[in-house]
Amino acid sequence: MIERSVEISFEFDGKNYPAFDGETIAAALLRSNVLNIRNAPSGSPRGIFCVMGACQECVVEIDGIKVEACRTSVADGLIIKRAHDV
Amino acid sequence: MYDVIVLGAGPAGANAALEAADNGLKTLLLDEQKVAGGQVWRAKSKSILKAPSTEASEKGDELRTKINQSAIEVKFNSRVWHIEKQDDDTWLMASDAEQLTAKALIIATGSQERIIPTQGWTLPGVIGLGGATVLFKEHMMVPGRRTVVAGNGPLVFLVASEIIRLKGTVAAVVSLNNRIDWLKALPSMLSNPSLAWQGFKWIFKLYKMRVPVFWQHGINKIEGKEKVEGVTVIKVDHNWHKSDQAEQYIPAESVCYGHGLMPAIEATRLAGADHHYDELLGGWVPTIDKYGRTSVSNLYACGDNAGILGVSVAPMRGRMAALAVLEDLTGKKHNKKDLKIFDKAKKIGLAATALSIPRSGLQSFITKDTEVCRCECISRREIEHEIKTGALSPNAVKSGTRCGMGPCGGRYCSESLALITQHISKKTRSEIGLSTARSPLRPVALDDISNEIDYDKLPIPGVSPL
Ligand SMILES: Cc1cc2nc3c(=O)[nH]c(=O)nc-3n(C[C@H](O)[C@H](O)[C@H](O)COP(=O)(O)OP(=O)(O)OC[C@H]3O[C@@H](n4cnc5c(N)ncnc54)[C@H](O)[C@@H]3O)c2cc1C
Ligand code: FES
Repeated sequence: MIERSVEISFEFDGKNYPAFDGETIAAALLRSNVLNIRNAPSGSPRGIFCVMGACQECVVEIDGIKVEACRTSVADGLIIKRAHDV
Repeated sequence: MYDVIVLGAGPAGANAALEAADNGLKTLLLDEQKVAGGQVWRAKSKSILKAPSTEASEKGDELRTKINQSAIEVKFNSRVWHIEKQDDDTWLMASDAEQLTAKALIIATGSQERIIPTQGWTLPGVIGLGGATVLFKEHMMVPGRRTVVAGNGPLVFLVASEIIRLKGTVAAVVSLNNRIDWLKALPSMLSNPSLAWQGFKWIFKLYKMRVPVFWQHGINKIEGKEKVEGVTVIKVDHNWHKSDQAEQYIPAESVCYGHGLMPAIEATRLAGADHHYDELLGGWVPTIDKYGRTSVSNLYACGDNAGILGVSVAPMRGRMAALAVLEDLTGKKHNKKDLKIFDKAKKIGLAATALSIPRSGLQSFITKDTEVCRCECISRREIEHEIKTGALSPNAVKSGTRCGMGPCGGRYCSESLALITQHISKKTRSEIGLSTARSPLRPVALDDISNEIDYDKLPIPGVSPL
C-alpha cells in the first residue's frame, strides 16, 4: 500500500489541477495526464523527457522565473505558466 | 579549504566520501539531488508517506544513515557549474552562488542516458528509460498510460517490469538486442545481483504476463499530433540498421526509450583530464589508473562516469579513489586487497554494458527531417549539409548550425551528431572527438553567478535560460 500526503491544488496554464503536497510539478501534471507543457522554438509541443534536470524540456514559469518542472515541488495555490521563448 | 570535495553522492561518490572521512580527511560531499543515493538508490519524494520497501530504497536508506553518522560535511540541492585548478594547485568549484576550495577533487557524477532520435521522439509522452526509473523511485508512478518500452540494454526490461509492478500497462517491449545478445551475457551474470542479471528475471516475468516482446526491433516512428498516439516498429539487422520488412503499428499513449548509458564526463573534461573512447566502458571516459587517478594531479574519478560498470562495483570504486587521495595527500599506504575483488566484479559490469553498446545502424532511424538537436530544433538534413560542406568535428557543426548550443548543453545530441558524422566520414569515434568542454556544467540562475562569485575570473561563454 502506498500512502501519499494531503491533496493540494495548483494552476497550470490557466487551469486547476490536484497534486500531492511535496511532489514535483512534473509528477503532478503527469498524474493529470497533462503531457504537453512547453513549445520548442520551432513550435513543436514538448513534455517531460529526462526527468532528472538535464534536458530542460520541462521548463515552466513561476512569477516570471523559469524553473524545471521535474525538480521543483508544487505548493498549494501555486500559479504556473507555460514558459515562452526558452 | 577542504582536503577533498566529492562531486556526486551516488553509490560511488558517497562511499568515496565515507572512506575519506573515516580516514580523517576533511571531506565535503555535494549533489544536486535533495539527498544522497544517486540514480540507482534515489530517495522517495516527500509526498510519499508510506510505501513498501524495495532493494533500492533499503540500500539508499542504509547509505543515508551512514552519511548522517559520519564526519562528512554535505551540501545537497547544490549544482556544481564550474571547476577550475588555481595557481596554488588547489581546486576551485562553483556551486550555485558559492565558491568552494579543496586540495583534491573526486568526480563521481555517474552516467547519462544515450537516446538516439527516431521520427516523433520529441512528442510529449516520450521519456527516457532512465527518466522512467526516476518516476518509479521518486514518485512511485508510471510514465503514462499504455506504454511502449523500447531500446537496448538492461534498462529496457527493468522499466517494463517496474511498470507492471506499479500497475501500469505495457503495450509492448521493443528490444534492439536479440535473445542471443542476452544469452551471451548470461555466463558473466549468473549469481550476480547486477542490473543485467535481474533483467533475465524480468524477461521471464514479461513472458508470463503475455506482454508482446519484439526482439531485434526498433521504433521506426512515434505517431501523434500533440502527444503520443502510437508507434510503428520495424525489424533491424545485426548492426541495428532498419530492415525493409513491413512495419507493425502499436497503439500507445506513452513511450519510454533509450540506448544505454554513457559516462557523465563533463566535470572531468572541464577540470582538464585526458579522455579516450572505449566502447566497452560506454563511450568517452577519463583516462585513469586502477584507483581512479586522472591525468591531472589531485583529480580523481570513480563510479559510472569513469566507465559504465554499474552499481555492484560503484561503492568499491569510490573507496579506492578515496584511498588514492589519502595516499597522495598524506603518504599513508593502504592494503590493496580491494583491487582483486574489483577485477572480478568489473567483468560483470562489462557484460551488462555490452548489451548497451549502440551499433552503427542506429543512425538509420534518424530520418532527414528528424530534429536531432531538441533545444535548437536542428534536423539531420541541416547537420548533414554542414558535415558535407566540410564540418567534420563536433565544434565545427556546432558553430555552423547551433546544434548542441541550447540549454541542455548538447547532452542529448552529441551522440547522434557523432553517429551521423561517422556514417558520412567513416572516421572512428576517437578521430571525430568531442566538442570543447565549457562552463556552466549545469544551467545556473543569473543571480547565482552575479552574487558572490568573482564572475570576471570565470570563462563563461553564455548563460542558460534558467
Ligand atoms: C536516469 C538513470 C537511471 C538509472 N537507473 C538505474 C536503476 O534503476 N538500476 C540500476 O542498477 N542502475 C541504474 N542506472 C545506472 C546507475 O547510474 C548506476 O547503476 C549507479 O547509480 C552508478 O552509481 P554512481 O555513483 O557512479 O552514479 P550516480 O548514482 O548516477 O550518482 C551520480 C550523482 O552525481 C550527481 N551529479 C552529477 N553532476 C552533478 C553536478 N554538476 N552537480 C551536482 N551533482 C551532480 C547526480 O545528481 C547523482 O546523484 C541509472 C542511470 C541513470 C542515468
Ligand atoms: S524533464 Fe529534463 S529537465 Fe526536467
